[in-house]
Amino acid sequence: MTAVAEATETPVPAAEPAPAPEPEAEAKPRDILIICYSGELEKIWAAMILATTGAAMGATVRVFLTFWGLQAFVKDEKRITGDGVMQKMMSFMQRPGISHRKLSKMNFLGMGPWMMYKLADQYKSAKPKELLEVAQAMGVEFMPCQMTMEMFGLKREDMIDGLGDPVGAATVIGLMQGGDAPLFI
Amino acid sequence: MSTEPIAQIVDAKGLSCPMPIVKTAQAAKGLTSGQLLEVLATDPGSTKDFTAWAKSTGNELVEQTVEGGVYRFVLRKK
Repeated sequence: MTAVAEATETPVPAAEPAPAPEPEAEAKPRDILIICYSGELEKIWAAMILATTGAAMGATVRVFLTFWGLQAFVKDEKRITGDGVMQKMMSFMQRPGISHRKLSKMNFLGMGPWMMYKLADQYKSAKPKELLEVAQAMGVEFMPCQMTMEMFGLKREDMIDGLGDPVGAATVIGLMQGGDAPLFI
Repeated sequence: MSTEPIAQIVDAKGLSCPMPIVKTAQAAKGLTSGQLLEVLATDPGSTKDFTAWAKSTGNELVEQTVEGGVYRFVLRKK
């Protein structure tokens, strides 16, 4: 009974005009999350180009450094990293540091990267190391992967300056769920 | 052609992607709202890139000209 009374009392909303659309809000660009997984020269290069451009476009850019990608963010002057024989072997076989990246194709014992750098100079393209410095100056946040650091025996002092605290996959997924545009490189 | 004074000039001639945009963004940071920034670039991609940059950042692309292979952009800081 009451239900019926309520139903009759409740005025049927007349065809109300649709609420006016919100005045075009200042569209804040989506945050960008680059998952830097690969360590090859061309992929690190692409990641650094996109990170700097993202920051230049006004986006908040974060770069998660993991697996081979993390090796590129060890200080250039470090040669052997890690504690155990296997960790040391890993850094011996693939020299860490952003200036010591190999190409995935046509590396030819370093001839390929050498030619790439020559061409970059010729065409005034900024090299990965320069782009990294620009990215850091523009406030791009670099987040090393905790698990990779442990697995490779990397310590904070092995890594370049200015990296954020080591984080895990949950941080990465959380950022994606929060709407960050993810890029897996 | 505006007669307003240009507050700063970014010479990005000869530079390749992404440096013209990066240098512009860095220069824009130092300006106050309403000031004009002039950018000179030779990268043919810059026409589209600067339109995209202005759209994303809300800075206004006031003028765009090309002369002798040099692209000139005048941007107004938001």
